[in-house]
Amino acid sequence: MEIYLPIAEMPVDMFLILGMGMAVGFISGMFGIGGGFLLTPLLIFVGIPAAVAVATQGPQIAASSMTGSLAYWRRRAIDFKLAFVLLAGGLVGTLLGVLFFNKMQRLGQLDTVITLSYVVLMGTVGALITWESAKAALRKNDKNAPKRIAGRHRWFEGLPLKMRFHRAGMYVSAIPLVGVAMLIGFAGAVLGIGGGFILVPALIYIFRVPANIVVGTSLFQILFTMIAATIFHSATNQSVDLFLALLLMVGGVFGAQFGARAGANLRGEYFRLMLGLLILIVAVRFATDVFTPPREAFSATQTETGR
Amino acid sequence: MIARLAAFAFACLLTMFASAPAQAQSIVATLSTDNVPILSNFTGERIALFGVIEPGNNLRPKDGYDIVITVRGPRGAVTVRRKEQWGLMWLNLDARRYIAIPAFISIVSNRPLNRIAQAEVRDDLRIGVDALIPPQAVSRGANDPVFRDAMQRIRRQQGLFTEGDNKVRFITPTVFRANIDLPGAVPLGAYDVEIALFSDGALATRTNLKFNVSKDAVEQWVAEAAHRSPILYGAATSLIALLIGWLASVIFRRD
Repeated sequence: MEIYLPIAEMPVDMFLILGMGMAVGFISGMFGIGGGFLLTPLLIFVGIPAAVAVATQGPQIAASSMTGSLAYWRRRAIDFKLAFVLLAGGLVGTLLGVLFFNKMQRLGQLDTVITLSYVVLMGTVGALITWESAKAALRKNDKNAPKRIAGRHRWFEGLPLKMRFHRAGMYVSAIPLVGVAMLIGFAGAVLGIGGGFILVPALIYIFRVPANIVVGTSLFQILFTMIAATIFHSATNQSVDLFLALLLMVGGVFGAQFGARAGANLRGEYFRLMLGLLILIVAVRFATDVFTPPREAFSATQTETGR
Repeated sequence: MIARLAAFAFACLLTMFASAPAQAQSIVATLSTDNVPILSNFTGERIALFGVIEPGNNLRPKDGYDIVITVRGPRGAVTVRRKEQWGLMWLNLDARRYIAIPAFISIVSNRPLNRIAQAEVRDDLRIGVDALIPPQAVSRGANDPVFRDAMQRIRRQQGLFTEGDNKVRFITPTVFRANIDLPGAVPLGAYDVEIALFSDGALATRTNLKFNVSKDAVEQWVAEAAHRSPILYGAATSLIALLIGWLASVIFRRD
């Protein structure tokens, strides 16, 4: 059944979009990520304009992180203070990201920027996660796994503006936290991703936030950055398609429930290994776009319409 | 639809009786609709065009009449980009900008255009896809045939520039019917339909019709809201997202 999208101005197969939302929802429920990094490329692949695909991720990710946040909130697994510090950086990053997005769209380089950023970002993060989890899986019986050495400080621990986060059990400077959140907010607005798959490892590996707090806190901050992204994108480029978002949300919400159940039975290292490989596959898919000669070298975009 | 057909039949009768002391050839034509609404299940539409040729005092051509119908969508600016190799990568490095390009072109006729009239005649009359793309006076290098051809090729692949040489059917030697097919991704706006009558390879007469393609109530309302009050639209969309997220957590709650 076809449905006409009012902002993308094209008809799409309703069940195809619902199915895509569901499949990505399944994966996102399984890994506790937003899934934007899979959904945006899929939408572009079925012919939705890149601008609409990216901008419409906002409400879709907001809906799925709302469900997730509520579940973690009931379990008291959110450090609100940490989330709000991250949010401050995230909002600034999102605003800058949307401005950059609009600028690139005017210059006609948006597709290239999206593709290249996917290659670099996904390639790096995917390789890191795969490498780390493969190593962990291989020497899971090794008792000499590196532990935090008491008394040794990392470089950012000397920074001012130190804050104490009770639930997360941290005492660190707010500067690196805001910085990381800003970078992720920027990437999120440009690429149509929530950034959970970067924020979660960053909080665990760099800031040593306990694993039971990290996912809820990350979901909570993503919820608000995505609301901001939706409003910023709507206000500046009018590319948020309500109908497309609704289809994705409904599909995603159902998929996530089944994914969460499937994810509960997975072991930690294999779980991360699979996530790492999944991210790498997306990076390779985009890399082939940039590094192989295109079948059609030309593209034509309508830039103005006289109605 | 029935009212329209009745009106059309009436028009036909009118021309038959009223044109007794006729002079020049003329065409009377009508479209099955003058407004194509885009509903949520829109996947394209076929518009029918009916027409009657009024031969006037002229003799009927020995090969019969030829009809060429040009459907032209709203004009706008188009940027054509070319990917070029840059180190190891292929990036959009070269671009040309075109103005006054129709967003939709469909040319339908009763037989191939090259058998209806010679190329020079068609070019003079602006009949054919290439002839409808005006030469670019301002833009640098836009008349480069590589880019011009690429634009036409891409629009043809998208089904936005089409030619159909069997879509006009003569019901009698002077009454014809044509199908105008609009694809699902048809651009919105005002459309011009030009009906050209050829007799022995030369233009005998032409006439124009118009129709509109516009979004229907809900789609139009959503698109308008997104443009008229964008911040409110974004806020409302976010609110719906939160509501759906909350509903899901209520429905699927397990703890």
